[in-house]
Amino acid sequence: MSNVVSLDSIFGLGELAPPATMPAAPEAASGCSSSSCGLSDGPADMDPAVWEKVKNHPCYSEEAHHYFARMHVAVAPACNIQCNYCNRKYDCSNESRPGVVSEKLTPDQALKKILAVAQEIPQLSVIGIAGPGDSLAANGRNTFATFEMLQKKAPDLKLCLSTNGLALPDHVDTIAQYNIDHVTITINMVDPEVGAQIYPWIFYKHKRWTGLDAAKILHEQQMLGLEMLTSRGILVKVNSVMIPGINDEHLLEVNKAVKSRGAFLHNIMPLISDPAHGTYFGLNGQRGPTAQELKVVQDACEGGAKLMRHCRQCRADAVGLLGEDRGEEFTADKIEAMGIVEYDDEARRSYREHVEAERAGRHASKAAAQADVRDSVGTTVDPILIAVATKGGERINEHFGHAKEFQIYEVGPGGAKFVGHRRVDQYCEGGSGDVDTLDGVLAAINDCTAVFVAKIGGCPSKSLAEAGIEPVDRFAFDYIEESALAYFKDYAERLDQGVVQSRAGQDAVIRTGALTARRA
Amino acid sequence: MAYKIKSAECTVCGACEAECPNIAISLKKGTYVIDPAKCTECQGQFDSPQCAAVCPADCCVPA
Repeated sequence: MSNVVSLDSIFGLGELAPPATMPAAPEAASGCSSSSCGLSDGPADMDPAVWEKVKNHPCYSEEAHHYFARMHVAVAPACNIQCNYCNRKYDCSNESRPGVVSEKLTPDQALKKILAVAQEIPQLSVIGIAGPGDSLAANGRNTFATFEMLQKKAPDLKLCLSTNGLALPDHVDTIAQYNIDHVTITINMVDPEVGAQIYPWIFYKHKRWTGLDAAKILHEQQMLGLEMLTSRGILVKVNSVMIPGINDEHLLEVNKAVKSRGAFLHNIMPLISDPAHGTYFGLNGQRGPTAQELKVVQDACEGGAKLMRHCRQCRADAVGLLGEDRGEEFTADKIEAMGIVEYDDEARRSYREHVEAERAGRHASKAAAQADVRDSVGTTVDPILIAVATKGGERINEHFGHAKEFQIYEVGPGGAKFVGHRRVDQYCEGGSGDVDTLDGVLAAINDCTAVFVAKIGGCPSKSLAEAGIEPVDRFAFDYIEESALAYFKDYAERLDQGVVQSRAGQDAVIRTGALTARRA
Repeated sequence: MAYKIKSAECTVCGACEAECPNIAISLKKGTYVIDPAKCTECQGQFDSPQCAAVCPADCCVPA
């Protein structure tokens, strides 16, 4: 429970004094925050009808991902293509990546699980089907059976699905029929020559196709499906896996192609590659990108189709806010033991009203902080990266040692924006820190100038400082963006005085292995 | 003449069940099995046995 933003911790947060036992009680976190990445700005730069669709969807709105939770139900194990980065046979509860799942569900089991989770997690706003195979393989039978029941039982939950696109054109009408208004297509290439290096085979029209033929069919089906969806007003997010040496530069072409066909959002994710995963790429030494390599490609695509940077590449059975997974609380046995769960949307409704009210105040406060920096710092200072320990709610409300990930904000004269996240092993377990883990954390945030935390111990604080990363706890429980801007103003002054040095040119490691740390 | 599923390698994804034109594949005790009485190896129906063509684990083989 403690690794989730509880409803209490969000209700009445900023305006009230922090809890008396603030440092000792991370569960009672409170503070302030904000956000401003790609899609966070809301109605100002977006069609109001579209904003209405995405504002509570954690995967489609960066702002929403601080407040709302998603749930994937693993009802679609079958797949119709083979990707060189995927091995669905491997399963481990400490793993977190697409295609991995601990328990496959029937549509009936899925419905029961959704209703149980909805009762426990009022932040829940979205139900997605992302496999663990392809949601539209095997005719999408389980996928649509689940959505049909869900639409009747819990109409307030948004439905979305994710697919490789091969079978998409055949199912667009059904998707529209079930009011599934968010579809994600994984598109890694728009050139079959590139595709042939990523997809060894596909199964299409009762035949297994390989090589260029396979990549060509897949590409044509993806583009057709994308056009068919956007012409019906269904929001499409495109996921691309960045594979250094294969499609890294090519992703700019992909970005242009999907934008011109009406994709709403483009999500460029790093390849997850490790021999232990048993994937073709993992076994053949294909590496994933570094944090800065990823950011360079993402930045280059900015201005094309809007970029998503808060993707956590979650499991096909993930439950909770992005960046956390509460799946273990809702295993089939536990759901079975809960008996019949009645549908009740009261808690979710009041939570959504609260977020709505909170958001209204946030936009003004962010703008004020941004104006202050613009006026006092000027535009000559280069932006910096800041790592933030947070449990959600756009606040700095996590202890350094308890963080399982850091959110990365880029702050400069132009404002503060979320640009990514870095998974880490939890440094502190059972009250004491682990030196090896600390090295991993340092590598993961090595390109950052500072790390914002609710609290941090003396030892890690010293190591961070020695590595040139400033630990900052003076903004504990405050809003992230405003704090980042205040810090940047101070940083610019110190830079001017020569007290601090720029960390430009540093890179960081994207962590892909299993999470070895025990759960908090 | 029939195909079988090597259960040790099967990921129980069900892709084969959906493709079989003879409804010869079903889930039995947690694993998929092919009923040899119904299996035609897809001869006269498709170019190749559908279960083998779709199987991501390549575990549908001649019995």
